[in-house]
Amino acid sequence: MRFAIVVFPGSNCDRDCHYAANKVLGEKAVFVWHKAKRFPDADCVILPGGFSYGDYLRTGAIARFSPIMKHIVDFAGRGGLVIGICNGFQILLEAGLLPGAMLRNSGLRFICKYVHIKTENASTPFTASCGAGRVLEIPIAHNEGNFYIDGKGLKELEENGQIVFRYCEADGKVTKKANPNGAVSNIAGIVNKRGNVLGMMPHPERASESALGSEDGALIFKSIIDHAGKR
Amino acid sequence: MIENTGAIDKDIYRALGLRDEDYRRIIRILGREPSPTELAMFSVEWSEHCGYSRSRSLLKKLPRKGRYRVLIGEDSGGIVMGDSAIVFKMESHNHPSQLEPKQGAATGVGGIIRDIFTAGARPIASLNSLRFGPLSEPYNRYLLKGVVDGIQFYGNCLGVPTVGGEVYFDESYSGNCLVNAMSIGIARKDKLARARAQGAGNSIIYVGSSTGRDGIGGCSVLASQEFGEGDEKRPSVQIGDPFTEKCLIEATLEALSRGGIVGIKDMGAAGLTCSISEMAFDGKAGIDADLDKVPRREEGMEPWEVMMSESQERMLVCVKKGREDEVMRIFHKWDLNAVRIGEVTGEKVVRIRNKGRIVAEIPPDALADAPIFKMSSKRPAGSGRIKRLNARKLPVPEDLNKVFTKLISSPTIASKEWIYRQYDHMVQAKTISLPGSDAAVLRLEGTKKGIAAATDCNGLYCYLDPYRGAQIAVSEAARNIACSGAEPAAVTDCLNFGNPDKEETYWYFENAVKGIADSCRFFGIPVVSGNVSFYNESPKGPVYPTPAIGMIGIIDDTARLCTRGFKNEDDIIILFGETKEELGASEYLKEIHGVVRGPVPEINLEREKRIRTAVLECIKKGYLNSAHDCSEGGLAVAVAESCFGDGRRILGAVIDNLKEKIRLDALLFGESQSRVIASANKIMFNQVRKIAEKEGAPVTVIGRAGGRRLSIFRGQRKVVDVPVKSLYKTWSLSIEKRLERGS
Amino acid sequence: MLEAKVEITLKKTIADPQGLTVKHALEALDYGEVEQARIGKLVTIRLDTDDMPLAEKRLDEMCRKLLANPIIEDYTFEIKEI
Repeated sequence: MRFAIVVFPGSNCDRDCHYAANKVLGEKAVFVWHKAKRFPDADCVILPGGFSYGDYLRTGAIARFSPIMKHIVDFAGRGGLVIGICNGFQILLEAGLLPGAMLRNSGLRFICKYVHIKTENASTPFTASCGAGRVLEIPIAHNEGNFYIDGKGLKELEENGQIVFRYCEADGKVTKKANPNGAVSNIAGIVNKRGNVLGMMPHPERASESALGSEDGALIFKSIIDHAGKR
Repeated sequence: MIENTGAIDKDIYRALGLRDEDYRRIIRILGREPSPTELAMFSVEWSEHCGYSRSRSLLKKLPRKGRYRVLIGEDSGGIVMGDSAIVFKMESHNHPSQLEPKQGAATGVGGIIRDIFTAGARPIASLNSLRFGPLSEPYNRYLLKGVVDGIQFYGNCLGVPTVGGEVYFDESYSGNCLVNAMSIGIARKDKLARARAQGAGNSIIYVGSSTGRDGIGGCSVLASQEFGEGDEKRPSVQIGDPFTEKCLIEATLEALSRGGIVGIKDMGAAGLTCSISEMAFDGKAGIDADLDKVPRREEGMEPWEVMMSESQERMLVCVKKGREDEVMRIFHKWDLNAVRIGEVTGEKVVRIRNKGRIVAEIPPDALADAPIFKMSSKRPAGSGRIKRLNARKLPVPEDLNKVFTKLISSPTIASKEWIYRQYDHMVQAKTISLPGSDAAVLRLEGTKKGIAAATDCNGLYCYLDPYRGAQIAVSEAARNIACSGAEPAAVTDCLNFGNPDKEETYWYFENAVKGIADSCRFFGIPVVSGNVSFYNESPKGPVYPTPAIGMIGIIDDTARLCTRGFKNEDDIIILFGETKEELGASEYLKEIHGVVRGPVPEINLEREKRIRTAVLECIKKGYLNSAHDCSEGGLAVAVAESCFGDGRRILGAVIDNLKEKIRLDALLFGESQSRVIASANKIMFNQVRKIAEKEGAPVTVIGRAGGRRLSIFRGQRKVVDVPVKSLYKTWSLSIEKRLERGS
Repeated sequence: MLEAKVEITLKKTIADPQGLTVKHALEALDYGEVEQARIGKLVTIRLDTDDMPLAEKRLDEMCRKLLANPIIEDYTFEIKEI
């Protein structure tokens, strides 16, 4: 299968995603410049982490108008898989491909550390290999990870099973203590109604090898690879 | 031909930092009076910051030979390892950070990283060596918060992980904090870039942000002067734009890989003046540049303002004739300015034009040939006296638990987690040792190898004994590197001192440099790059002499990475080295007794090397489960830190076999050198002992890991006994608590 | 030439920890009368036109499209001739 990794001015984790998808998991992966005229054939598009446009004005606010986004909206409309990691998640929110918005961490500081997240929905193409309820150890590194959605929106997410990951303790308990940034309902990752667009704050590409501290992130890539293989 | 201008007033050139004899020399060189632009150019190129007038001759004594081939570039240095070149350097940004900590630190990070990627290397890591006054002072709290904010603001956005460093707190740094930023980059050894302009007809292209009035004269006015009471010389501080720099990194590396670039240089201190003059000088060529072409952010700038501006995120590129469009297209793709502002000439002249007139015409050799000052040094009065310590006047405290808890919460010793959590230390997916260990370790993908990095310097040691203190800084950095499983390979330094025109201050500088030179030469570790920062003084006086050492090491097999924390219940705890009765210069003496004096602990380079070699060999063979060197706070603190590890798993310890018959407080908290606390499965000890004997390194099993308490015995008597989790809490929350206490 | 000043603020229903921190800091400086502080953004835009009604219409679009995120932010603006 083929991953297409979008590169915006300011993206930082594009090469890390390429390494995980290609060197660690053995799949084809190409970079796509945000102004590329043609969109490559791909099974899954990755919007990687970083500081697109310096996070100026609002994180993801300017990237979401990049020429490539039209292609990505079309691609998602056709059912293609899209995963937005950290800044990628923020861009998907600004673009309206996912509901809600991102605020600054409630502690007002950038946080880089390993956290635990619980797989709340293992029926998505991104989490089938994780298993329902499985706790994953994956690092976060962000200043704006405080996911916000209003009461009505939150209810919809819950009813539709769109909440995919929640911050939790090592034993899976979802508690306030385990929430690193104030995100509503400890939400660390969500999927759209259709289930083909995922946004998550933690970085699976940084946790795909034991040398880096955890291999749990690889489960997310493996789910995507398996799903693409079945089609 | 430049128009002749009249004589320049003495007050003007003196205000720019030039002496009468410098001015006379300029007239001799030019054969006439200098124009205002020329005067500005000489004043910055000949300033201490750019010209190193007071330090150049001493720095030549630093060794440049080691196991790996050494690379010395124009603005950075490094080593060659296989097909790769590892480029690294450390630089200071002390005075701007004291004024505006966030932007001062941010632009410090930006500047050092530019020196790395303009060499053609992708920056893969940053470290920072910081010093502040006590956190009991509100301004020092403000500085710490601001500096950390600046480093995270800039470094995180660039996608360069900030993986290590050190932070010290001492009254000496109140009024003049130290912010030393180090960066490491990797390149293919055949793809390195030089910072020179060559080939008549080739183009000079300006790349990056537009030029404003930022930091005008920052070079000769800021860095070459102390902070006076009035702070009238409060010049503008540059604002960093990490997004532009990130784009510059990508565009530069892309452009360098395509070819067509003859040379490239960062516009750092003294901006255009420095880059144009030095590129011409290093390329043995001339440059003709037109300031009208320079992208400007402000109106009505004088030519000398354009030449002296220190606006950030700008570079100068020398491009082969005919390939200009190709190169500029790459920079334009990243939405960066790229403009041809001049060309290389066969004449050895730097010619600057503005509004159709020539405003400067100087031979580059003259600009690069900053005067070398003859310095005088004098041993400070009382420097012998202050090394004497009458320990009999200091009783051993009754309640050592209380002392231990207080010491471990002192900011210099306490956990720096509040700081490093704000740094993205994982981006680029190379970091294999997380913060909370002796050295940061980065893997090199596609190989089994890794790079270890650490910074070290104890300013108090250097104040009490600059020669010995500097040797210890080098030794400790090497020891930290070895504890991670790496072989020390090369050094960069950032030498922070007071006003060198004061003989006593120069004496410290001279002896510190000698200490670095002798220890590096003995260990076979070359000094490949570095920086000197003088005039670190406040009305209270100079800071402690602080020659910060940044060292890198090579791990042959990252599977043999070693980290600080104890790993298993019942592992034995091993002490490499011996503890002597050395209370002098210790953090314990200062924090608990309020005494700042004493002989600095002895350092015997031969012994240090043997012990370090033994530790490293044991790690490489897989005999040790953890290793941590003993430094501030002594053995007890080192054991505690090993109990804590990186905080994810905390183990207690029982230390019940301390043999030395010395004062109890010296045994626990004295800072004797060349000691390492390690742990291993007890069946490994025989092998460890064999290696230690072979190297002639003392080695003792002093206890075992495990349990919920940290207990230390002297004979049968328990002298320290604390629950390890609550000790961890005290240690890890100390800095955060002090910052939040606010007033 | 027109100059617009756009004020972007967090919606009242959104928590503003930055504003709260500022309030506490002011209280610590003995300004106990501070009831609340909210942090927003000011964007100053120069428009090369003299057509005020059109400028207002287009500026409103700019705010809705880019300058403010309608899920979490409100905006107001004023334009004057310079």
